[in-house]
Order: sequence, then structure tokens, then C-alpha cells
Amino acid sequence: MNSEYELPQDEAAYSFGFLDEYAKREIRRCVLKAISIPGYQTPYASREMPMGRGFGTGGLQLTLALIGPADTVKVIDQGADDSVNAVSLRKFIEQTCPSVDSTERTAEATLIQSRHRIPELPLEEAQVLVLQVPYPDALVVVEPSEARRKIMHGEGDYSRLLTKLYEDIVQFKEITISHRYPTRINGHYVIDPSPIPRYDVPQLHHSKALVLLGAGREKKIYAVPPYCNAEPLVFDDVPFRTEDFTDAKGQRRACHRCGATNSFLDEIIGDDDAQGLDKTWQCSDADFCRGQRESSRVMAAQLA
Amino acid sequence: MGYVAIRGGGRAIEGSHAAVENLRTAEGESGTPLSLASIEHQLRLLTSRILSEGGLYHPRLAALALKQMQGDTLEAAFALRAYRSTKPRLLETPLQDTSKMRLIRRISSAFKEIPGGQMLGPTFDYALRLMRLDLANESPEAFRKVAGSFLQNAAVEDLPDSFPKVLDALRNEGLLPPLNTTARQAFDITREPLVFPVPRSAALATMARAETGSLLAIAYSNMRGYGDVHPTIAELRVGYLPVMLPHPVTGELTEAGEVLMTECEVVAMYEGNANDGPPVFTLGYGACFGHNEVKAISMAILDRALQKGMRDGPANPSEDPEFVLLHVDGVDSMGFASHYKMPHYVTFQSDMDRLRTTQKKNLASQTTTATRAPA
Repeated sequence: MNSEYELPQDEAAYSFGFLDEYAKREIRRCVLKAISIPGYQTPYASREMPMGRGFGTGGLQLTLALIGPADTVKVIDQGADDSVNAVSLRKFIEQTCPSVDSTERTAEATLIQSRHRIPELPLEEAQVLVLQVPYPDALVVVEPSEARRKIMHGEGDYSRLLTKLYEDIVQFKEITISHRYPTRINGHYVIDPSPIPRYDVPQLHHSKALVLLGAGREKKIYAVPPYCNAEPLVFDDVPFRTEDFTDAKGQRRACHRCGATNSFLDEIIGDDDAQGLDKTWQCSDADFCRGQRESSRVMAAQLA
Repeated sequence: MGYVAIRGGGRAIEGSHAAVENLRTAEGESGTPLSLASIEHQLRLLTSRILSEGGLYHPRLAALALKQMQGDTLEAAFALRAYRSTKPRLLETPLQDTSKMRLIRRISSAFKEIPGGQMLGPTFDYALRLMRLDLANESPEAFRKVAGSFLQNAAVEDLPDSFPKVLDALRNEGLLPPLNTTARQAFDITREPLVFPVPRSAALATMARAETGSLLAIAYSNMRGYGDVHPTIAELRVGYLPVMLPHPVTGELTEAGEVLMTECEVVAMYEGNANDGPPVFTLGYGACFGHNEVKAISMAILDRALQKGMRDGPANPSEDPEFVLLHVDGVDSMGFASHYKMPHYVTFQSDMDRLRTTQKKNLASQTTTATRAPA
């Protein structure tokens, strides 16, 4: 071994979007395939990213393969732009994609990467939503083997999943799946829509924006193309139910900051919560909440 | 009130980076920064592990990764892997011939004597694991004196270079299946995802960069009884493999450099042969970058176990290609275990919603039963 060897100066210099061009091309091809077969989990050779598998590397590879210098990107985690992981991902994108703008405003973004939420504001045709996915396969709860799940998907065999839902109703009188609610795309494949709450699932149905889902560790890309059917798996006589935000009096809770009663809320436990009473509720979507407050200020100013 | 979810995430991250750097330099003024050459040589087995799990042969970068990650093997291998993502694949390496390895060590436990002889080389196998207190305060002079003394009295021409492979002898005797010489495309796990069933080359490539501990644990389950590979090490060799690549102009195979690697071939008991022909021993193969003997042995055992699973269906976890291959990657498993540290309050909100609703329904049905009971 050459003991004189030193690291070349350019050893740590990275290209636009970090990934090499061949990797980007491969991901774009998979995206095209995923759009062409809605809900199909397209396998791809996921690359290692400089953040942990499970931290959004699948979403990030999609973002980096699709992003161009004219894009404006927004990154959220749990609905918030300043959550640690969102900050870390946004910083990395800014670092490796010079000339790309980043924004916190949903309406301004051309590309939105998100973990666990779909923005409250309905998305537009010119926008792409990238969701980070830990478990790409809705069937994993009933079948551990990927090879067998692949056959079940091909045959449209979701009987075991439906049985699970049925057994839930028998045992608990309620379907107990809280998030990652199995959703049938375009009448065939059932997807795991990523760990978004049930509240967000209806947003997938006929979404104007393209929704791409990327699982880095599990090496899968799938899509909900624009204006595509996306229906949560239910029974005719048991309707799909989203999270319940009514209080004991049957009133819909409101965000304590902006007053909205039409958003997904975070439950925040105060310091004096010994009796479980010191709770406040606020919008999980930080940009939506800010927008509500701004427009009510404008209205107040107009009235004054 | 007053609690706001992870506000100022950016500042917090910067602060944590500073804290990490502070611990790295905690020796203060009496400390000397580790040189990459020192890590590469004095912690050579650690560097080897990173090379192998990182799947990129770059000892100096592996040393840098170890320094940066303060000795965390999972993180260091991960950094090397991520660096690899930025590099295009320029060409496919043709088959490399490991009989050309310049060996520093080779043993066979199958035979007392082997062609070329057993060569123990650098190993702790027969060293007593007693604390060597003389190393605690080793002087630079003593260190340099040792460095100069090894093989001082041996003539260069007396030092062996390459050795024949032990398996060849067994094969010549008809104890092993004949070599399958049909040219097959090797599966490149860095460019193709694993879609099961996968060919053996995909399994070998996956295990070659697997996390050592994960591989060992699953191989050990097979050795202990959740499996039946009773292996004998036909040959374990460690050395420098000349890497032959086609010359960019002439296309002729040219030595482009060499990589330190460990190779292990195990022979296991024969089985009834499904095809016609006499029964023969079965083989398991393991190889990885760097000097990692336990890893190469574990891999060879699992290769043998997986071949059986692929043929007859898995009877044990270690024979199930999906189970083994999807759970041995350190970057994947460590990343996913770490991700649970990230906020999950939106999904937890959904969880609470389900539990509260179910509890309510449960309470309601209990009350109905209670009121009905006296009637």
C-alpha cells in the first residue's frame, strides 16, 4: 500500500443534485413506469444517501432526480417546515442544488417533499408531491414475504387485508388502522399511502398534482397520477372515517392559533397536565396555519 | 402552553454538530488528531470492516469515515456507501482470479498438509487474549523498532507469492461438483433491486457488503441447529488480489491495482444428487474486501444454506433468501432503527384517535350489557 497517498482535492466535491447522472436517469425511468401503472410498486436500485435509511432517502432521491434549477422546493415533516428532519433535508437540497429556491409556502412550491402529511391547501397541476415511505406495501401486515405479496398484488388478491379489516370490526367494532390506510388506486393496486393520517387520504383522490411515493430502504417507487381514483379500502356498510377532532360536547376543535376547524390538529400537552386537562390543539400544517392567521389579519384590517 | 413542536430545528442541528465536534476533541490541548494513515494501519481490521461494509475499496476514505464518525462502524460504512452514490459505474469488472492473490495468510482445516503449505500469517487465533500492558505506554522508538524488524532475515525470493487453491485438489479427485463454466451475467446489486427469487450472484454480492454482526448472527443460528450446514473450511485466504481491467485503448486485461480481501470456501456434507451423477460434496463461498475472516466464513456458510433454500424451499430462517438478504445490510437496518428517533406525532395522533374510539365503543357495549343483565 502506498503510504504517501493523499486524498485528491476534488474527492469530496459533488455534482448538482448529489446523485450521478445515471442514477437520476434510472429514477426518472422508474417514475415514468410508476405513473403508467398507477399504484404499482416499481423496484429500483435505490442509492445510499448521506442521511439515514428511514429518514426520507426514497423521497429525497425522487426530489433530486426531478429537481431542476428553475424549481422551488418545499420540505415538510409532520406538516412543519422547521421540524429537524425537514430542516436537514432542505439544507442538503440547497447545498447540492445551487440556484434552486426553497420556500415554506405551499402555493409557491413546484416540488413538495413531505413526511407523514399532505398539505391542507389543495395542490395544483403544476405541482409534484413527493411522499417519504417507510413501508411501501399495504400487504405487509398480512404477509411477510415480498415474493408472495407480489403475486397477491398481481392477482388483485386483497382478501386477507379485507379479512383483517373485518376482524377488526368484529373484535373492536371499529377498523383499527390509524395511519398508512390501505388505498386502492385506479381500481386495481392497493397501496400503502405512506404514514399520512387517514385525514389526508381523501386528498389523494383525483388530486390535480402528481403524487410520487419513494421508499429508499425498500427500493420502491410508486405513483398516484393526477385525476386518478384513490379509494380507501372499506366495506359498503362501514364508511371510511378520518380522525375525530370533536370535543366532549361534540364541537369540532379549533386550532388555538388560527381558529381553523378544518385542519388536522396536533394535540399538545401542557406543563400542568396531571389530570389530562391542560391540552391545546394546533394545526399540524404550519404553512396553512400561518396563511389562516394572515388572511384573518387582512380581513380585520379591512373591517377596521 | 408555550410548547411548540421542534421550533428552530436548524439551530438545534448546528448545536448538536458542535457538541459532536467538542467530544471528538475532548482530550484538549494534550491531544493529537488521529492521522488517516495511523487509522488505516494501526486500526487495520476496523478499516477493513468499513471497506467491506461500505462496499467501496478506498482505505484512505474508510479511515477518514472512521475518524469523522468517531469509531462508529455502522456510520462510517454508511458514509462510504453514500460517497459511492456520487460516482458513476464506469465498467463491469471481468471475472477476477483469486488464485493470483498475493497471500498474507491461508489455511485449510480440511487437510493437514496442502499444496503450498499452511501459512498462518497475521492472526489472533492462537494468541492468548491477555492484556499486553506494554502497549499501554508504547514509546514511538519501540514502535518503530518493531516495524523494521519483521522478516528482516528472510530473502525476498524465499517469500512465497501465490498459492494453488485447495479446492482444485478436491475437484480433481471428483469429490466436488464440476465447475459451472457457462458465462453468466453477474447481478449488480448497486444497479438492480432485489426482486425475489434472485440469482446466487445477487445473494453473494449482498452478503459481501453486509454488516458483519448481522451476517454472523444468522450464520450462527444455522451452525447451532437452526440449519444443517456442517461446514469444513477447505480454504481461508487473505491477501492482495490484482484487479484486472480491460485497457481503455487496447481492451487487453491490465492490472489496475490491487485490493486486500478475504476469501473462504467451505465444503459441506454431500447430499443425494437430484441430477444423475455420483454424490459430491457441496460448497459455500464467501469473499469480501479487507481482512474480515469471521465475515467471510459466515458468508460461506450462509451461501451454502441459501443454495439449499433456493432449491428445496427454506426450512430455517438462514435458508430463506428474503429473510437473510433483506436483513443483513447495516446501512438499511441501522438507518431504520435510528429513524424511530424522529418525530412521529402525526401518526401517534392517529393511533390515539383509534384507541380512544375503540375504548369508547368498548365502554358503551359494557354499559349495555350491564343494564341488560338484571332483566
